[in-house]
Amino acid sequence: MTIHTITCTVNGESEVVEVPAHWTLLQMLREKLGLTGTKNGCAGGECGACTVMLNGAPVNSCMVLGVECDGATIVTVEGLVKDGQLDPVQAAIVEAGGVQCGFCTPGVLISARSLLDRNPNPTEDEIKEALVGNLCRCTGYVRIIDGIKEAAKLNEPVVIKE
Amino acid sequence: MTLAETKKLPSPVGESKTRLDVIEKVTGAAVYTDDIPFGPGLLHARVKRSPHAHAKILKIDYSKAEALPGVKVVVTGEDFPKRIGLYLVDKHIFARDRVRFIGEPVAAVAAINADIAEKALDLIEVEYEPLEAVFDPVYGASPEAPLLHPDMADYDVPNYIFPQAGTNIANHFKIRKGDVERAWEQCAAVVESEFYIPHVQHVPIEPHVAVARWDDDGTLTLWAASQSPFAQRNLIAKSFGVSQSDVRVIAPLVGGGFGCKAGVTMEALPVAIASKVKGRAVKLTLTREEEFFTNFVRQALVIKLKMGCDADGNLVALKNTMYWDGGASTEYGVNITRAGGYNSTGPYFFPNVHTDSLCVYTNHPIGGAYRGFGMSELHTGIEQTIDMLAEKMGIDAVDFRLKNCVKGGDIILTGMTMHPTGLNQCIEKAAKAIEWGKEAKPSSPNKLRGKGIALMWKAPSMPPNAGSSAEVKFSEDGTVTVSLGGQEIGQGAFTVMAQMAAGVLGIPYESVRVRGPLDTRYSPYEWQTVASRLTWSMGNAVVAAAQDARDQLLDLAADHWDEEVEDLDIVNGKVISYKSEQEMSVKDIGIYGLPNENFEGWKGGPIVGRGSFMPTYVTNLDFETGQGDRAVVHYTTGAQAFDIEIDKETGRIEVLKSASAFDVGRAINPELVRAQIEGGFIQGYSSAVYEQMLLKEGAMLNPSFVDYRIATAVDIPIEHHVDIIEVPQDDGPWGARGIGEHPMVPTIAALANAIYDATGLRLEGPPFTAEKLYLAMLDAGLVE
Repeated sequence: MTIHTITCTVNGESEVVEVPAHWTLLQMLREKLGLTGTKNGCAGGECGACTVMLNGAPVNSCMVLGVECDGATIVTVEGLVKDGQLDPVQAAIVEAGGVQCGFCTPGVLISARSLLDRNPNPTEDEIKEALVGNLCRCTGYVRIIDGIKEAAKLNEPVVIKE
Repeated sequence: MTLAETKKLPSPVGESKTRLDVIEKVTGAAVYTDDIPFGPGLLHARVKRSPHAHAKILKIDYSKAEALPGVKVVVTGEDFPKRIGLYLVDKHIFARDRVRFIGEPVAAVAAINADIAEKALDLIEVEYEPLEAVFDPVYGASPEAPLLHPDMADYDVPNYIFPQAGTNIANHFKIRKGDVERAWEQCAAVVESEFYIPHVQHVPIEPHVAVARWDDDGTLTLWAASQSPFAQRNLIAKSFGVSQSDVRVIAPLVGGGFGCKAGVTMEALPVAIASKVKGRAVKLTLTREEEFFTNFVRQALVIKLKMGCDADGNLVALKNTMYWDGGASTEYGVNITRAGGYNSTGPYFFPNVHTDSLCVYTNHPIGGAYRGFGMSELHTGIEQTIDMLAEKMGIDAVDFRLKNCVKGGDIILTGMTMHPTGLNQCIEKAAKAIEWGKEAKPSSPNKLRGKGIALMWKAPSMPPNAGSSAEVKFSEDGTVTVSLGGQEIGQGAFTVMAQMAAGVLGIPYESVRVRGPLDTRYSPYEWQTVASRLTWSMGNAVVAAAQDARDQLLDLAADHWDEEVEDLDIVNGKVISYKSEQEMSVKDIGIYGLPNENFEGWKGGPIVGRGSFMPTYVTNLDFETGQGDRAVVHYTTGAQAFDIEIDKETGRIEVLKSASAFDVGRAINPELVRAQIEGGFIQGYSSAVYEQMLLKEGAMLNPSFVDYRIATAVDIPIEHHVDIIEVPQDDGPWGARGIGEHPMVPTIAALANAIYDATGLRLEGPPFTAEKLYLAMLDAGLVE
């Protein structure tokens, strides 16, 4: 088992990681960096629970090898909160009631953030299209879609209220 | 604060409070079972499974697997002689003499990593002798079928389940009310129908995962994605011959359950493996492929119906014969059959009922609880047949339902008196929302348009004495921690419990915490997180615990002020006197009590409120007639309706409007109720349009998300109209009943009725895929 040492930026922090050659980015994030917010739902690129941003684009982290991420910039759900403030997609999905069991939520939030980065004013169809790789079994998607519409209207991060 | 002022304060009950768990869930901080670190000593398990639907095991040779470096232990059924099961104790953890379905565990390996464990599986050699298999429950129930469980008569079973020795029928539930055969003569119209509702899967996004560790003192700790930590403690203790108190089940948040994480399914596997490597934690996570067919599935149903009404359109008689495809084990399925039986009229009054609900062993995957178990399947048959009869009588389907639906005071099929219900209002609301009765033309000549409605009822399907308990404790800052044993599986149970505790105690919702993860060593007992029973049953326990704590606070304050408790109240975290207009914060007295005058001693002390609830009035039903005083605790009722178009060129359904109306007794958190209804409706819609486990000779052909499609964001009807009806439940907290399961129950039937309205076609069963609909329209000459 060959181990590679790679350097990457994860949630704004520079990381040096020793990762076995056959490990996925998902394994690397969860088991080497302790970032368990990213979930494993199928390990086959079908459910989207493991979606992270890799160099700005949403990817299924179960379908990317850790070693491919040498020099890459990665954002996971843990990286959405900045200076103690929720990202607008987090705040809006909370407000819309788009969270139930929460297992698909990290992947959904990353897909949503990535969409709004590319397209600040998406149509409903564009939102649905951006979510097509994120399976959710609880909510029926409606409140997630509503939340992303609202997030597009918010410009500021939102203070976490306890 | 005056009485008039306090009355103006909002109660947290009935308000749509933000979920307790939502910030941790959107920041990635929420801990699920797979997120718990166990360190480098953790062993990883993989399971060797049967490739045969039915076969004798002749020989298992695992010597090569054991010799593989990194493998710590290999186990087989030889090591675990005792059976396990929730209702009918019929299942071995690993197959022993024979295998009964494709995917049944035969052996397992624990190794230092999952790759080695997987490699070791290939080194286990199993010799089988294939046996004749049963894939059809109707054949399985016949005397010609081979017996799949020859020892069934010896299995442990509660006294309300009726296995038929010498057959494959693991439960035969009967209703005999009135005289059906004579009643047909009174009927002006009679219709007969038969439907097949295929196997589907729950598909939570979180796969099953469990970690077990046995310590040298004989105790077991199990961490599991679980709806049922207490049932798991009990069943595992019995199967492994240890005391319940020596089994500790820790259950963090669950990433979707829908019934598949109830009872004991795969959790016994790592427990068994770990018993051979004491001191080492053993983890088993199901792959997505395993998730599809090795655990509980929603069993298929063959339903045969005969239904008649008199010349005035009053329902007169129903004959209902149900063959449930129970699968290789019916440990949970026997109760699904029972629930199908005692709900077998659907929400209608019939003076004459003859029901046979048969749970049949087959060589299919194991049927288990799936969100309102038995009810989607049953109502798919009943609600289409109601439409057929209404049409034959020339009566509008909504009018026919309003006339015949169950009403408070009706003596229903089991002899129980129906409690007040808002079903009539549900029908009217759902019909109105889709403009029932208003002519609706297709939007183009290439389309057919139709409307459909279906009703539902469902009672919690559980043992008669399923109980709940709760504790309430104060912290120094005046917040309260509620301990309970029911699980947060996404439905919002913790939030609703916090609202109830706050409402009783008179403290802000924001001052309530709910203790997690569930831990059978510390959490109060709860039967299981099933049956839509938590809001009602656990809610009653939480209310009782909060009331107990409240009483203690008020007694203390009354004593201190030398006033009567009747003059006191707790408002916004302060004990107040309406009489003397004094007040003091619960923060100051919840733990430390109060000093006597001149500090001559103290009174009070840390407040601990305790509460429990168990229904005491459910009676058993007679085996021959299914009659008894009170079969169930209560019924939640509701209706759903569709307005759809079908594209003649593709067979694709487009939902123009859809609506739900359910009587929840009282909505403790209306937005959470709506979220349950919307999500349940889409799950039902997905099962109606896309989902089916394709089983060929017992093998699932489509065990992946690519081949077993569930609704995605682009597939859903975006506008779903929801009405909440509130006819209170006499023994529910604030009148509340459950709503978790009900929203997916009528969906298949309502859509089938809309398809019929559009096309004149009734299909044998779901899913109503575009392909199936197009071919049916082609056959019928509707398209060229």
